[in-house]
Amino acid sequence: MFGLDKKDTTLLLIVFVLTMCAPFLLNPFPGNSAMAQFNAGYPDLMQRFVIYGIFAIGFNILFGLTGYLSFGHAAFLGVGSYSAVWMFKLLSMNVLPAVILSVIIAGLFALVIGFISLRRSGIYFSILTLAFAQMSFALAYSVLTPITNGETGLQLSLNDPRILGESVSASGGIPFPSLFGLDMRATHVMELGPWMFQFSAGYYFCAVLMLLAFYLAIRIFRSPFGLMLRAVKSNQQRMNYTGLNVRPYTLAAFVISGMYAGLAGGLLAAMDPLAGAERMQWTASGEVVLMTILGGAGTLIGPVLGAGFIKYFENIFSKINDTVLHQWFAFMPDGIEDLLVTVIHPFVGKGWHLTLGLMFMAVVIFLPGGLVQGGQKIGNLFRRKPAADHTTSAAKTPAE
Amino acid sequence: MDAIILQILNGLDKGSAYALIALGLTLIFGTLGVVNFAHGALFMIGAFCAVTLQRILSISFETVDPTKTDFLGNPSTVDTPYIVHWFGPEVGGGIIDWSVPLAILFAIPIMIAIGFIMERGLIKHFYKRPHADQILVTFGLAIVLQEVIKYYYGANPIQTGAPEVFRGSFDFGVLLGFDPNVIIYPYWRLVYFAFAALIIGAVFAFLQFTTFGMVVRAGMADRETVGLLGINIDKRFTIMFGLAAAVAGLAGVMYAPINAPNYHMGMDFLVLSFVVVVVGGMGSLPGAVLAGFLLGILESFASMTQVIDLIPGINQIIIYVVAIIVLLARPRGLMGRKGVMEE
Amino acid sequence: MGILEVKDVNKRFGGLQALGNVNLSVADNTVHAIIGPNGAGKSTLLNCLVGKLIPDTGSVMFAGQSVLGLKPYQINQMGISRVFQTPEIFGDLTVMENMMIPCLAKRDGPFRMHAIRSVFGEKKLRERAEEMLTEVKMLDKRDMHAASMSRGDKRRLEMAMCLVQEPRLLLLDEPTAGMARHDTNNTIDLLKDIKARGNITMCIIEHDMHVVFSLADRITVLAQGTPLVEDTPEKIKGHPKVREAYLGETA
Repeated sequence: MFGLDKKDTTLLLIVFVLTMCAPFLLNPFPGNSAMAQFNAGYPDLMQRFVIYGIFAIGFNILFGLTGYLSFGHAAFLGVGSYSAVWMFKLLSMNVLPAVILSVIIAGLFALVIGFISLRRSGIYFSILTLAFAQMSFALAYSVLTPITNGETGLQLSLNDPRILGESVSASGGIPFPSLFGLDMRATHVMELGPWMFQFSAGYYFCAVLMLLAFYLAIRIFRSPFGLMLRAVKSNQQRMNYTGLNVRPYTLAAFVISGMYAGLAGGLLAAMDPLAGAERMQWTASGEVVLMTILGGAGTLIGPVLGAGFIKYFENIFSKINDTVLHQWFAFMPDGIEDLLVTVIHPFVGKGWHLTLGLMFMAVVIFLPGGLVQGGQKIGNLFRRKPAADHTTSAAKTPAE
Repeated sequence: MDAIILQILNGLDKGSAYALIALGLTLIFGTLGVVNFAHGALFMIGAFCAVTLQRILSISFETVDPTKTDFLGNPSTVDTPYIVHWFGPEVGGGIIDWSVPLAILFAIPIMIAIGFIMERGLIKHFYKRPHADQILVTFGLAIVLQEVIKYYYGANPIQTGAPEVFRGSFDFGVLLGFDPNVIIYPYWRLVYFAFAALIIGAVFAFLQFTTFGMVVRAGMADRETVGLLGINIDKRFTIMFGLAAAVAGLAGVMYAPINAPNYHMGMDFLVLSFVVVVVGGMGSLPGAVLAGFLLGILESFASMTQVIDLIPGINQIIIYVVAIIVLLARPRGLMGRKGVMEE
Repeated sequence: MGILEVKDVNKRFGGLQALGNVNLSVADNTVHAIIGPNGAGKSTLLNCLVGKLIPDTGSVMFAGQSVLGLKPYQINQMGISRVFQTPEIFGDLTVMENMMIPCLAKRDGPFRMHAIRSVFGEKKLRERAEEMLTEVKMLDKRDMHAASMSRGDKRRLEMAMCLVQEPRLLLLDEPTAGMARHDTNNTIDLLKDIKARGNITMCIIEHDMHVVFSLADRITVLAQGTPLVEDTPEKIKGHPKVREAYLGETA
């Protein structure tokens, strides 16, 4: 279906069902239970899941396929956000032109940076991209203030022209981003007993775009172009002697992943119309690297998982404080309860970055294939048992 | 003329820090072939060694001062550090005042130990893995170290003073025959520069004049051959890692009074130090030092108002611009050997 | 006029004269072997032909066109393929994927964005790749990870990847180095088959005289960067200069 083989179609359908039903799936606990704090079915958080999913899918097209580790991808995210906000300021509050402009501008920006950075490979490439991103960040903070509004960040105001829209909304405030009149903040709330499910227009807009982005990524992975990108990672020498010019392939991958980042940046601005320079800082670039590696670089679903995982932790885990911990361990004797709380305390709440760092190290050390590889390993454990009596068939598979 | 001298002086202290961190990075890269993204964290830990020692020395007990009362009329309490209590206000106060330089002694064993643990416990397993994996795992480690420090010391910068005698400024201009108050330079920055020069000199002397250093240099040039000679190069490289950690740590200790230590200072310096290493030439120790000072001074020149008026924002990006030009025009860097990490 | 004409090629590395006034003419549809002791400049010459090195002076003409200054991928697109001394294959990919890459390069040129169509949809190319795999007796290994194969299999795969491009000139850099006698004979048979089918010129660098004498139509002996003699295998066998410079060594 859709020009994909059976396995990929299944994967796409699973992702489709998961994203469409996310408001249910991410809200499994009744609102009045103690576990409700683990619910993630809020429009704001769900939007971030899919937006960062797009960012990571794009990054994976570059890093996962070609092996070029960019440490400056946040620059494209930032550029996308600025472009979208400018579109809101000048044209109209419709999100579609804003997002399209974000993708185009980020793509052009990636073309320039990629053209220069890709003249080097390995660690030099990483440092060049890092240098460019930091430079963009510094410029956005200082000289480019007329475009970026410096430290304050770019915001909408009542004086913006919005030539195709309205400067001031009917109620006298700044209008909100919408898709042909459908307000991005519009949320339908469905109450089922103690459960409360929220369906937000903004989330579904982002989710549809993520599905498109994911579908496109699958096509790229399975295409001759994707095969060439994997060949770049494997052996550039052989590519050269097979009559293939490596640089346009890497540049194309770089620009495509830059456009994905631009789309993500544009969507961030479409959901919350402001853009700040800190979105371009290298810590943000590091974040997308973490997402991709944690999920599984080079796999299709890995980056989406990684992005969801990290954003979930960031929002939910960081809310756990000592009071919550004490509630959890209340059934234990007092001494042990206090001890457990003390031990766990550094890793939750404000300390969730510490957990993230440790987890990331563990993944790089033990599971270079990320969560996807972990899942496969666990899957193999279960599969091996029934297969134990088929030793002959197992022996035939070549040992690596 | 005076402005130029002032900018050179201003560039020296930052340049010293860049040079020291870049030196350690290069030592690790040259000997172990590992790209260490956690090196900035070692610099930060060094700075926090200074903070810690100052706190330890200032541990106090409370006494009630009957002669004074607070605004509620209760007798007020006075904190007296144990050190002052034991050695008297002269010596004890002096020790607390000098806690930053004293932290050098405190930091050396700690940093060497951290370096050893890092190399044996983690880096060792990554020698044969791709550079991307090394970057990633040390990046993870950097996050962890940073968060641990944040957990114990909080997110705010912690002011850590230099000894009283170095707190003033020094009228450098008078010395060179300019008018007074034209070139004013804080004493501590001079101390920092001298200290950095001393450390750099010591590292080079160690590598140049000891047998140990000779083996390490040979190992940097051609690891396999040295290994074939039956010399246990791995053990020496572990020691080099400890040494590089100590250099970064000491750079951090002495930097504490210049820039109040905070948990992300390591990362801030790391990005720039990497640029320094690349500009100097991956694997070249003199290149790292040269590029460190060069970029430090260049940065301070770019911050002059005349320059900023000419090219706005140049002070923010000068280092990156230089790095991009160097990488494209001369990929091996100013003093690098050809072929290091080039494909 | 041969398909490959090398005229007065010189190449220096610092003080070392790697190639001195090399002249070489390889006739179309022949197997031309280049032999010589270690350090004779055989690999340097090969690298000059494929664009990895640029000679200091002289000219290299392939099918009437100069290849000097062209990038390796451009030279390959002109019809020159190269087999390396240590097999250069795409280790992370499967055997079939390895084969698809040269097929695509042959059809689409140095760069083309086929980002949407699936590789599996390229029926014609797949058939072509499978045919070639059958020819080198590797069809059963089509889904194997290339890096996990034996050295001999990697070599065969590399050769198949070159042959599937139907090059006009195939350069082989010690194609049997480190192979067991059995594998060597297989390789000889394979190369003989290819030769018999015609429309291909081969240039072989080889140490194994058995291979050279079973395949070559003409032999050039290189010593210290200069061609010593060039003749038919029969004549070379008896040539006193050759015996002295080269065969004497191996005896």
